[in-house]
Amino acid sequence: MENHPANPLPHYTEYHPRWYRQRVSTYWWLGRWPYLRFILRELSSLAVAYFVALTLAQIYALSQSPQMYAELQEWLRQPAAVALNVVVFLFAVFHTVTWFAAAPKAMAVRMRGKRVPEWAVAAPNYAAWLVASAAVTWFLLRG
Amino acid sequence: MAETIILEVTRYSPERDQKPALERFEVPLRPEWVILDALNYIKDKVDGSLTFRWSCRMGVCGSCGMMVNGEPKLTCATFLHKYEGSAVRVEPLRYFPVVRDLVTELSDFMRKLKRAKPWLIRRTEKPLAEGEYLQTPEQLDAYKQFSMCINCTLCYAACPVYGLDAEFIGPAALALAQRYNLDSRDQGAEERMLALAHPDGVWGCTFVGECTSVCPKHVDPAGAIQQYKLKAAMHWFKSLLKPGG
Repeated sequence: MENHPANPLPHYTEYHPRWYRQRVSTYWWLGRWPYLRFILRELSSLAVAYFVALTLAQIYALSQSPQMYAELQEWLRQPAAVALNVVVFLFAVFHTVTWFAAAPKAMAVRMRGKRVPEWAVAAPNYAAWLVASAAVTWFLLRG
Repeated sequence: MAETIILEVTRYSPERDQKPALERFEVPLRPEWVILDALNYIKDKVDGSLTFRWSCRMGVCGSCGMMVNGEPKLTCATFLHKYEGSAVRVEPLRYFPVVRDLVTELSDFMRKLKRAKPWLIRRTEKPLAEGEYLQTPEQLDAYKQFSMCINCTLCYAACPVYGLDAEFIGPAALALAQRYNLDSRDQGAEERMLALAHPDGVWGCTFVGECTSVCPKHVDPAGAIQQYKLKAAMHWFKSLLKPGG
């Protein structure tokens, strides 16, 4: 419905008042840290996908020939590839931590009529993460 | 403590203005004053045409929600001195149409609230002679947190999904639906599922989580929605295993 700025006198609409509706900016997520953190959390899924793709590429190269695997490893040792992997790793850690923080919100576990505290729901996730990381570290360093 | 503080308040007259603009007011800065007191001071002493909603002044009615420096707040529960040293910007709740100055139009919320059926649904009523539907403290505890909602709609103003998707039912309505789903006296979970387990219902939520952060009554709508997602997913999975059952 049109406004009439040239006419300063109040006049009345035919049906209902002229409500002002503000459009949501495309950059709504830049204004406040919780919104930016949410977008970063969503983007961090790409980091997880990247590591899955990289692992699949390594398995594929290994299945083809030792030379192909060595070439891939050589490519991964380049400074740019190392820098990329460091950034992606940080995003993957961020993804993991935020996921574990979200898990207790979605799972309202109740025992003996009372809700189990959030830390107790998150703790097994962190424990599993620790065990898996220790197993991988042992596998890599066992000589 | 400074003697005065500047309030930048949204003004919008639907009959005159193309869009809202901020107007600056200098108000006394008193330690016991909340933002709502400052707005009432402006209305009483400076400009009687300033329009805003309020009622109880004690965080119960949910009428006086506004954006304070970009954050959804109950203005009756937000102290003015917290903002000492800079101007305080007071705007209408985000994502709702503005009727005038700080007053938003809430019929969209009311319509969506109705879709969530936030009331006790019984398939069968027992005779009055059999007495009340009793609950144990544990049964009360299961839904009590979600029952604290005062419909202030701060969670809607904090939810970018609601701002971007006009069909999204929104945090408070979904939390209130879950409040009744978890009530041992209720038998309406199946009925509500049509509206809740829907792209406009819980599946529309991307779990930004700000609805919970801004809730003045600690309702945790984000938690309610995620818990319902789990329930809806389990329901779907069971229906796959046992079609028609």
